[in-house]
Amino acid sequence: MNYRFQFGVVWDNFGALLEGALLTFQLGVIAFGGGAIIGLICATLKTYGPWPVRALVNTYVVFITNTPALIQIYFLFFGLPEVGIRWSNEACLLIGLTLNAGAYLTMILRAGFLSVRITELEAGQTLGMSLIQQVRYIIVPHIAKSIYPALANFFIVVLVMGTSVGALIGVDELTGQAINLSAVNYRWLEYFTVVAGMYVVLTLVASIGLALLGRWAFRVKARIF
Amino acid sequence: MERIIEQLPRFFSGPNMLLLLEAAGLTLGMTIVGCLIGFALAFVLVFLRQTPGLIWFPLRLICILYVEVFRRIPFIVVVYLVLFFIQTVTPNASLFTIAVIAICLYAVAYTADIIRGGLESVPQTQVEAAQVMNLSRLQINLMVVLPQAWPVIIPPAIAFAVSFIKDTALVSQVGVFELAFRGKELNNQGFSGILVFGTIALCYFILSFPLSLLGQHLEKRLATPRGQRRSR
Amino acid sequence: MPHLAVSGVRASYGALEVLKGIDLTVEKGGILSLVGPSGSGKSTVLRALMGLTPITGGHVEIAGERMDYSSARAVREARDRMAIVFQQYNLFQNMTVGQNVTLAPTKIKRRPKDEVEAQARRLLTLVGLGDRYNSYPDQLSGGQQQRVALARALALDPQILLLDEVTSALDPELVNEVLDAIRKLADEGMTMIIVSHEMAFVREVADQVAFMDDGEVIEAGPPALILDTPDSQRARDFFGKILRH
Repeated sequence: MNYRFQFGVVWDNFGALLEGALLTFQLGVIAFGGGAIIGLICATLKTYGPWPVRALVNTYVVFITNTPALIQIYFLFFGLPEVGIRWSNEACLLIGLTLNAGAYLTMILRAGFLSVRITELEAGQTLGMSLIQQVRYIIVPHIAKSIYPALANFFIVVLVMGTSVGALIGVDELTGQAINLSAVNYRWLEYFTVVAGMYVVLTLVASIGLALLGRWAFRVKARIF
Repeated sequence: MERIIEQLPRFFSGPNMLLLLEAAGLTLGMTIVGCLIGFALAFVLVFLRQTPGLIWFPLRLICILYVEVFRRIPFIVVVYLVLFFIQTVTPNASLFTIAVIAICLYAVAYTADIIRGGLESVPQTQVEAAQVMNLSRLQINLMVVLPQAWPVIIPPAIAFAVSFIKDTALVSQVGVFELAFRGKELNNQGFSGILVFGTIALCYFILSFPLSLLGQHLEKRLATPRGQRRSR
Repeated sequence: MPHLAVSGVRASYGALEVLKGIDLTVEKGGILSLVGPSGSGKSTVLRALMGLTPITGGHVEIAGERMDYSSARAVREARDRMAIVFQQYNLFQNMTVGQNVTLAPTKIKRRPKDEVEAQARRLLTLVGLGDRYNSYPDQLSGGQQQRVALARALALDPQILLLDEVTSALDPELVNEVLDAIRKLADEGMTMIIVSHEMAFVREVADQVAFMDDGEVIEAGPPALILDTPDSQRARDFFGKILRH
């Protein structure tokens, strides 16, 4: 194989890559956060709502989780302008990712809801707790422990797999930057190798952070590896 | 809205539908081939990872690192890396091959963890009983551990493959004529984005949903396997 | 020359030393029983002999030949000459009884299938399970599974048989059938090391008894001597507790 690696170019443009990584992280956090809110609402609706509402939530979840995120984002990116909505690339990506994350988080959170035994709630009721108090003191601590690993893992998924899709609609997150910069001086292999390494570092940092957060805030022993 | 209705007959024409059908076949085909090969290779990886002895530590480390790294890189980056790497070696490699290789590499990392979990779910006592009979590591894995590990391995492995159908959309970026690629093509030809990508989404749904239901059904049926029933 | 001689053997689980210099001998055709409280290391002695727990000191001789357990070849040799039956029987759940018993002779000793199968049926009949050749382990009771485990161990033609608390996991009514099978083997002159809590059985069957505590052999001798009139206080405490049941 006669290919001479030239990593010098990559180091020269490392700043741009770092910007991309920062954007990746921001997108991941916002999409996950937004998705978590959607997930919480939908999981609650699905557990306690009347059947038409439950059917609606189910349709949302089933459809989103059985179609690729890329197609969902293409749908927004190419479809919204047709009805007159002109959002930026980043906005399309963010909305698409949030809706996508919302569906998966609905599933995760609902599994957590179901893991709370009814007797615990009844005990809370007999102690005179309102619904909100029950949620706060009984449900949330119980759920936090059992689904924290799944949540932490999903955050990594959003961070890595979700945001990288943005590269295909021109968003300058980490993968997008790699594509942009490679197109300039054709050092694709070098750029992508370095970017791969950056993703590994990014996810390791996130994993460790989440594991520590889990231990401190929720007393959950989360795996890093 | 009127625009969509106006485009419908042109969109759902014979040739278009044929193209989509072909693309769906490609999507499914890539997933199946890639995941099957990846699954098989993952067994080798897990077996190598268990090689005992101090001198084999580098081998074990490589196996562990491979899985940890490839699980943390986005699939699109893997696809690009495989693309560029292969093209510097053999410039005329088919895009389909490149896509399948990328899927393999990715699937190996994910299924290796599933397989390892399955093997570790078999009680160590079974392994010890075989060891004291002087069975080799390969024999123990093949004849004692694997048969008992299958019910723990199969459902997540199938779930992974089914969910991978969606990830194949990313290989559209390198020009493989699968569903997402055809979608962009049709959109470029002027068809409404809502119409095109709504239909493509539906295609993926039709591929993915029934299979995922099948996977869940299989999981329920394997929930009480022979090898893990307690004796009276 | 003793059939098996253990001298100063040490073993550790990580930082914890569980065998602190064990000395034991068994004559050919003899039966040695190891007794003592939980955690004394009795099972560990058997596991160490079979190479499941690494030996960190001392040595083992089988029929006068010293075995160096740090070499894989020696471990294989030791496993070839000895067979062990575990407390939890550890039958291969995915195979029938017959397959369990014929697996090793076919695959390891490479003997012809008909011969192995005939031997398997003979051994299963010996332990009283001749009609269960095609049953699966989860279709059998604990006592039956343990007897299959015995047959499986015997199918390897071991010189020495190690029995690790083989009746401790069984319901009381199933214990006797297993003890009967062991008695038969004893009558036929098999060299055995038996770890057990069944004191009456030990008294009846063993030639030598060794009392262990905390990783050491405290005292050893004929059953009547050790069980009825032990020298050490620890042994007296232990037997006192047992006999009160």
